[in-house]
Amino acid sequence: MIEGARWRKWVFFYVPMALFLLFLLFPFYWMVITSVRPDGELYRPWNSSNYNPFWTWKPTWDHVRYLFEETLFASWLWNTTFIALASTAISLVCGVFAGYALSRLNFPFAGSLGTGIFITYLVPQTLLFIPLAEIIRNYRLGDTPWSLILTYPTFLTPFCTWLMMGYFKAVPKELEECARIDGASRWQAMLYIVIPVAIPGILSAGIFAFTLSWNEFIYALVFLSSPEQKTVPVGVTSELIRGDVFYWGPLMAGALLGSIPVAIAYSFFVEHYVAGLTGSVKG
Amino acid sequence: MGQVVLKGINKFFDSVHAVKDVNLQIRDKEFMVFVGPSGCGKTTTLRMIAGLEAISSGDISIDGNVVNGLAPMDRDIAMVFQNYALYPHMSVYDNMAFGLKMRKFEKPEIDKRVLEAADILGIGELLKRRPRQLSGGQRQRVALGRAIVRHPRVFLFDEPLSNLDAKLRVQMRVELKKLHLRLGTTAIYVTHDQVEAMTLGDRVVVMKDGVVQQVGEPLELYNRPANKFVAGFIGSPAMNFAAVTVTEANGSLIAENSGLRIKLPDEAAQRLRGHIGRKVMLGVRPEDLTVTGSVDLGHPCFDAVIEVVEQLGSEILLDMKVGESIMVASVEPTASVRVGDKLRVAMRPTRLHVFDAQTEAAI
Repeated sequence: MIEGARWRKWVFFYVPMALFLLFLLFPFYWMVITSVRPDGELYRPWNSSNYNPFWTWKPTWDHVRYLFEETLFASWLWNTTFIALASTAISLVCGVFAGYALSRLNFPFAGSLGTGIFITYLVPQTLLFIPLAEIIRNYRLGDTPWSLILTYPTFLTPFCTWLMMGYFKAVPKELEECARIDGASRWQAMLYIVIPVAIPGILSAGIFAFTLSWNEFIYALVFLSSPEQKTVPVGVTSELIRGDVFYWGPLMAGALLGSIPVAIAYSFFVEHYVAGLTGSVKG
Repeated sequence: MGQVVLKGINKFFDSVHAVKDVNLQIRDKEFMVFVGPSGCGKTTTLRMIAGLEAISSGDISIDGNVVNGLAPMDRDIAMVFQNYALYPHMSVYDNMAFGLKMRKFEKPEIDKRVLEAADILGIGELLKRRPRQLSGGQRQRVALGRAIVRHPRVFLFDEPLSNLDAKLRVQMRVELKKLHLRLGTTAIYVTHDQVEAMTLGDRVVVMKDGVVQQVGEPLELYNRPANKFVAGFIGSPAMNFAAVTVTEANGSLIAENSGLRIKLPDEAAQRLRGHIGRKVMLGVRPEDLTVTGSVDLGHPCFDAVIEVVEQLGSEILLDMKVGESIMVASVEPTASVRVGDKLRVAMRPTRLHVFDAQTEAAI
């Protein structure tokens, strides 16, 4: 904390903190306020009485209702959840095992393999979607959730592997050695000792992977075409922007509802998440 | 039973020869201590016995069975680690029960053994706690408890006391000794602390650079060190050494260097007959030096100037300048000595050690 006079605390702590919070939270506020604003205020503010750009006196649920009744938003939500959970699960399983192997088993080329995995993470998606589209077409996976469930791990697995590698390295080797002397096989030692100790790391990798796949845009845009298959980010932008007409109310309502699950996921596990990223193992 | 035999054990880490041809017989119920400076291969040897490190060549057998290829779990050993290695996500009870659960013991038997061990170690009321809620000493006890519930053939200790503060270390040392007397299980204990080695060990193995320097009972190491390294390593404060040349005058042997000239007592002279005209290392322990007011003809004597006086209460350590070199003497607390005093110092003639200047082996 900052020591000294009260004004110092205000100048160096509270005021910057407030500005920072304002900067971060304003988009959310704008989404909320836009999604409950009546169309009259959105499109012809000069005609509406009592108009205030930062507030509304006539909140309405019309946009949310429109979202659920006139669009396929409910199925987009379901699609996104299913795809995000499935690809996160696949990536986590791969990441945990690969991370364990790369950090604990001394096999030849473990180091270069680790670097290799990291390099695949660096290949930009905007480049990768072209060959992937070919693969998706060959396996006839286009326009199904599987096209995304199987392609998201291409960038999620390297990330999970690296995060878990770092985390496993921070778990003292003696814990596992002790378990193996105690009568556990390598497999059991991993299952009963190393993985439970690494839960914070696994959680943070999981949350991160979930968020990435929840928000993913370009693969979803390319691989999915029919409206009922789309995910929230693609569905909202493709179905609620028609030509040059922006349906601002439903658009913002969709964005807001789409970001809530991620926010909930973060707030539940925030402590584990921080512990996972800073790699703390309490003895 | 718990007899461990090491036959021609070698360990290479890539090109580094970490353990060199170690041959040892550790008897059943024995408390064997491996001691040496860090990097001497003692921990590697222990880890090879545990099965955590592969053996490059040689055989390790426990109770007559070669265990080279056996996994750690199949060797029927228990190990206590320096950092305790308690499972942080389990309670004390579960930590202690883990090994038994893995070995598919019945629940009542697990319960009985854990409670018994907790009782021996006085940690009965901690069983529900998590390791992070324990103090260092308590964690140490839990780690011990986890080892003893298994009733293994051999206990392995890897510097178990070095994370404790000095006072607790002394206390736990005594408890370890008691525990060993009570359980009578073979124990192999690795430490870099020669006091621990001397107090705990039935026998002590002194290692340096991967080579066993000497194996013997603590007093044997103290009284008859096999070489200069063991002589300097065992005992605190360390033995004083002086490089001297052996000459003969009037039928008796003289050891001398620039600041020192002593007539060797008969016993040492006999050993040095063959070294006349050659350089040897003379060794004498601080506690074998006495400060004499007058010349004592019976004992070999030399002159010294006191540089530092260290009062320990039970004794006084004198750092003295003898010729070019520094020697330490441990004298009675009643001695009246001051910095700058010139003294005549006498050695106990029977306690003189001599080492070959080249090989450093005892002569």
